[in-house]
Amino acid sequence: MMRLDQVSRDFEVGDQIVHALDRIDLEIQAGEYISVMGPSGSGKSTLLNLLGLLDRPTSGRYWLNNEDVSHFSDNELADQRQRNIGFIFQSFHLIPRLNALENVELPLVLAGVAIKERRDRARAVLDSVGLSTRMNHRPDQLSGGERQRVAIGRAIVMRPGVLLADEPTGNLDSKSGAEVVEIIEQLNRNGISLLVVTHDPEIGGRAQRHLVMHDGKIVGDMGTRSK
Amino acid sequence: MRANDTSRLALQSISRYPLRTSMLLLAIAIGVAAVILLTAVGEGARRYVTGEFAALGTHLLVVLPGKTETAGAGAAGMLIGATARDLTLDDAAAILRSNRIRQVAPVVVGSGNASWRQRQREITVLGTTYEMLDIQHWSMQRGRFLPQIDMNISAPVCVMGDGVSREFFDNANPLGEWLRIGDTRCRVIGVLAQAGVTGPFDTDELVILPVASAQALFNTAGVFRILIEAVSRESMQAARRDIIEIVKRRHQGEEDITVVTQDAVLSTFDSIFGMITAALAGIAAISLIVAGILIMNVMLVAVSQRTQEIGLLKALGAKRQQILLLFLTEAVYLCFLGTLLGLALGSLGTYLLRSLFPAINFGAPAWAIFAAIGIAISSGLVFGILPASRAARLDPVQSLAGR
Repeated sequence: MMRLDQVSRDFEVGDQIVHALDRIDLEIQAGEYISVMGPSGSGKSTLLNLLGLLDRPTSGRYWLNNEDVSHFSDNELADQRQRNIGFIFQSFHLIPRLNALENVELPLVLAGVAIKERRDRARAVLDSVGLSTRMNHRPDQLSGGERQRVAIGRAIVMRPGVLLADEPTGNLDSKSGAEVVEIIEQLNRNGISLLVVTHDPEIGGRAQRHLVMHDGKIVGDMGTRSK
Repeated sequence: MRANDTSRLALQSISRYPLRTSMLLLAIAIGVAAVILLTAVGEGARRYVTGEFAALGTHLLVVLPGKTETAGAGAAGMLIGATARDLTLDDAAAILRSNRIRQVAPVVVGSGNASWRQRQREITVLGTTYEMLDIQHWSMQRGRFLPQIDMNISAPVCVMGDGVSREFFDNANPLGEWLRIGDTRCRVIGVLAQAGVTGPFDTDELVILPVASAQALFNTAGVFRILIEAVSRESMQAARRDIIEIVKRRHQGEEDITVVTQDAVLSTFDSIFGMITAALAGIAAISLIVAGILIMNVMLVAVSQRTQEIGLLKALGAKRQQILLLFLTEAVYLCFLGTLLGLALGSLGTYLLRSLFPAINFGAPAWAIFAAIGIAISSGLVFGILPASRAARLDPVQSLAGR
């Protein structure tokens, strides 16, 4: 469902060009559970941003669900993100002045869904991540693990096909981290493709397929390909 | 995104920084209130002056000798042409023949030295007829006004203004006393009620004689002006034509007079004050522009503080137009709420002015209120565009990283 074809992403830093991604070829099937590891600067986050349509390749093609999205306009990319992609960030990125329920329903608000339907859907999602009693709390009233669970809820409320997680347990203690990993793995078992960027080998090791990156290239691609 | 959601999110953002928001609201409120108060003052002055003027009677015309165009530059109403012939009492009597004219009062004015027993002072002598009392809406404090006699007949009687009466007689009754003016004498038959300055006369400093007596005193055959009251407001233009026609025929076909209708003077005043009020509004509007620049500044800062939030919204699929609309809505809301506050402050200020000066009807004209609202909201739109479009164009990756 996601295919990268000789994709490069170059950045200008001063008067030098940095090859954050260097002619990557990658194919990901629906429902895969993939971890992406590698040292800092290897290009893991850039790969995630590109797959998540937050960024465009400098060269090469990106096929998402058999559509060439490499040259989509900003609005078309936004549309794709809204419908197909869910993000989970290391620092959660919840909006502090909104409570848990309002944070989760944010994608539905942006999509223009009516108030009753979006409230119901958001509640159901918060239920599924075990936060039914914390819906009206604001982020500063929630623990780290609870905040990340709200973020997961927000990421899946539009029922995307793929979940992209950038160091999801980076700001969490081991117990909360384990809970979060369990939740996203359950989502994957229910059919959502899952990509986790991490520097923690314990978390990375749990995936079915391990990608290792170095200097913008994929230097390792091990594990089973499908469920 | 639905309209009420955009509105709700915008209001939530604004209320997040109460101090900053209050400062902005205050800036706009001051601008709007300034427009309202300044135009209320200008409009109040206009209403007062034109009202006072109108109270004199809107059927008034004044005939002056000489045509102002041939008389050279100068203030309207005071100039006499170089080659004009005199206006005479017979001219005044002839004008009465028009059936559009109710009454006339010829006017002779000069200064003279009045004395009674040991006291003396300079006074202004006004020679006129019985009709002047009605035309000027004066009222008597003591005694009566000039007798209703043929205008060509002189009589040794006079009416004093309140100030003159007090100067010579303190608070005693002056009726029956003989006043010496120049080399004539006249018996005081009445005192005008205190009235201050009405029209061109400082009534309290006048001594009023029958016009023929004044002509004799100043040794002149002509009259300074003729005040004329038309039958009605509607007949004024026709009355004007009649006057010009009558006097022209009497002056060998020469149109050597100027007829000033009070209407013309009134409308000149009206437009002068109108322009002053508009200028005041313009000056006050500048403060609204400044408030708009303030908003732009604050919003630019806000955008740079909220880059992560904007990046997050974009990651969730918000389009550029949605982000633009969100920030623009915030700016417009700030202006709208500030305008409401300014309207309230302006109304309060106008109310205070009215209680301090009850004689003057202060009130901002409707066009000024709408202009204030319009400028405030357009300011929000215009000055909100730059920060809003900057927010919309942010790169999602950089923004999420906080850059």
